Amino acid sequence: MKKFNITEKKDTRSGFGAGLAALGKSNPNVVALCADLTGSLKMNAFRDAHPDRFFQVGIAEANMMGLAAGMTIGGKIPFTGTFANFSTGRDYDQIRQSIAYSGKNVKICASHAGLTLGEDGATHQILEDIGMMQMLPHMTVINPCDYNQTMAATIAIAEHEGPVYLRFGRPSVPVFTAADQKFEIGKAWLIDEGTDVTIIATGHLVWEAIEAAHALEAKGISAEVINIHTIKPLDEEAIIKSARKTGCVVTAEEHQIIGGLGSVVSQCLAQNCPTPIEFVGVNDSFGESGKPADLMQKYGLNAENIILAAERAIAKK
Amino acid sequence: MEALFLLRQIMIMKNTQELQEVASQVRRDIVRMVHKVQSGHPGGSLGCTDFLVSLYFDQMNIDPSKWDMDGKGEDLFFLSNGHISPVWYSVLSRRGYFPVAELGTFRHINSRLQGHPATEEGLEGIRVASGSLGQGLSVALGAAQTKKLNGDKGIVYTLHGDGEMQEGQIWEAAMYAAHHKIDNIISTIDYNGQQIDGSLEDVMSLGNLGDKWRAFGWEVMEMNGHDFENLRETLNKAKAQLGNGKPIMILMHTDMGHGVDFMSGTHEWHGIAPNDEQLAKALAQLPETLGDY
Repeated sequence: MKKFNITEKKDTRSGFGAGLAALGKSNPNVVALCADLTGSLKMNAFRDAHPDRFFQVGIAEANMMGLAAGMTIGGKIPFTGTFANFSTGRDYDQIRQSIAYSGKNVKICASHAGLTLGEDGATHQILEDIGMMQMLPHMTVINPCDYNQTMAATIAIAEHEGPVYLRFGRPSVPVFTAADQKFEIGKAWLIDEGTDVTIIATGHLVWEAIEAAHALEAKGISAEVINIHTIKPLDEEAIIKSARKTGCVVTAEEHQIIGGLGSVVSQCLAQNCPTPIEFVGVNDSFGESGKPADLMQKYGLNAENIILAAERAIAKK
Repeated sequence: MEALFLLRQIMIMKNTQELQEVASQVRRDIVRMVHKVQSGHPGGSLGCTDFLVSLYFDQMNIDPSKWDMDGKGEDLFFLSNGHISPVWYSVLSRRGYFPVAELGTFRHINSRLQGHPATEEGLEGIRVASGSLGQGLSVALGAAQTKKLNGDKGIVYTLHGDGEMQEGQIWEAAMYAAHHKIDNIISTIDYNGQQIDGSLEDVMSLGNLGDKWRAFGWEVMEMNGHDFENLRETLNKAKAQLGNGKPIMILMHTDMGHGVDFMSGTHEWHGIAPNDEQLAKALAQLPETLGDY
């Protein structure tokens, strides 16, 4: 199995900030809007280098989505920044009508997604955003797994014509993807090949999936690990190919099981090659205050739970 | 004859009588479109006819033959109260954005003329979907800021319903525009005092609407939405004030249903289609000036 030499932990939101800063230099059409969370979203570098292309919106997310839609008219590429909760649920109708239905080239960049936001609790821990965004026609949905992948994804979506939802988070997590990677929207990353079970993970759960695969190997179980960073469009070919090979699947995500990665993977498999599947995700409940690792343990979103799910999936073969 | 008609569509009209003739034809289009499909919003459409004719045939710097989404170097218009799509579709087609014959497809299946304006099928002249209220001002402000970034001197115009002022997003946008000194926009409110459930006063009164906008940092003007001379005078005055660091809002006094006596001044015709007899009665009041579609 692939061994990753982890030398540092970083937050994915900083990967976004670094990507945005790089875009500021390389693409004069990129503009950024922020709803009073510039520091939290790590947008300071862009703001300081390009004050004329940075728009402070205040605490008014619905307005921010409309502004971003309008800024595309005349060729700008707007990146909006706020927490994932306020990037989706609060302004869903604005995104639906002014951005998605209108086919606007807006990049909705959403931080502090999921339980790992931690102590602020369930009001801010959105676990439904992937579902809401992937239901919208025209919308691309991306949830990268570490600092480097988030930075690469941020740069890649500027080149993609059309609305994108880019989801990332608050905590520092291992940096294990390549610093010089080329991010391909819609292309799964086969991290490790295996024969007994396929683990399909997104976002912060990818590292947990890798750890789970190593633990499974020690038990004599060969796990294939796939990173689906682009939930829509889904790389169905990679999923079907792996499911046919291993014969059972586990999905892992920091999101509700209903409507997230697990839902679309199971739809894909049900239609193309019915396969036993287990889901690691939040099971139809809100989150709560607590330390990220404690929350991930309590809600069953870590390597330990992926291992158990893999064993259940194998037993169903 | 057809060439002459096209020329007439393309040239910018200055003559009040000609504008009135276009308006009469647009009103015919509105009631005929809504009658044909037995669906749509004639009241607000008739009330805003003179304003949109004034904008598209007298005021705006536009070239329909070169339409594209970005509209660089041109003036832009955003209809925030998208339910009055009949008047916009008629004015756009009469101005040469798309064939007048297409008006007959309004609200029918496989049409580009959706119940509420949409961009998916590439209908010329429309830059964003609208219908869910309160969103158009934000979009227009974004477009206005892009014009500034691009060094583009074009003006951004908007139209909103007065009932739409009840949406919170309008006031988010109002605050933003003043803070960012967006002074290349002229917004307009169709101030007819009516909404679906009755008069604004009864449903949700707006208080002193002009004072509200002034308190949000906007330059506020008023105009008569059915007087072409006053429309021109006020819009010219508004244009002269652009670039002064303040966004401009015009409260436009209109009668809902204006031009058709039995539809005028009531909310009853907000979203109701006329029957055959009512259509005949309405058309009898509206001379056919440019030829029906």
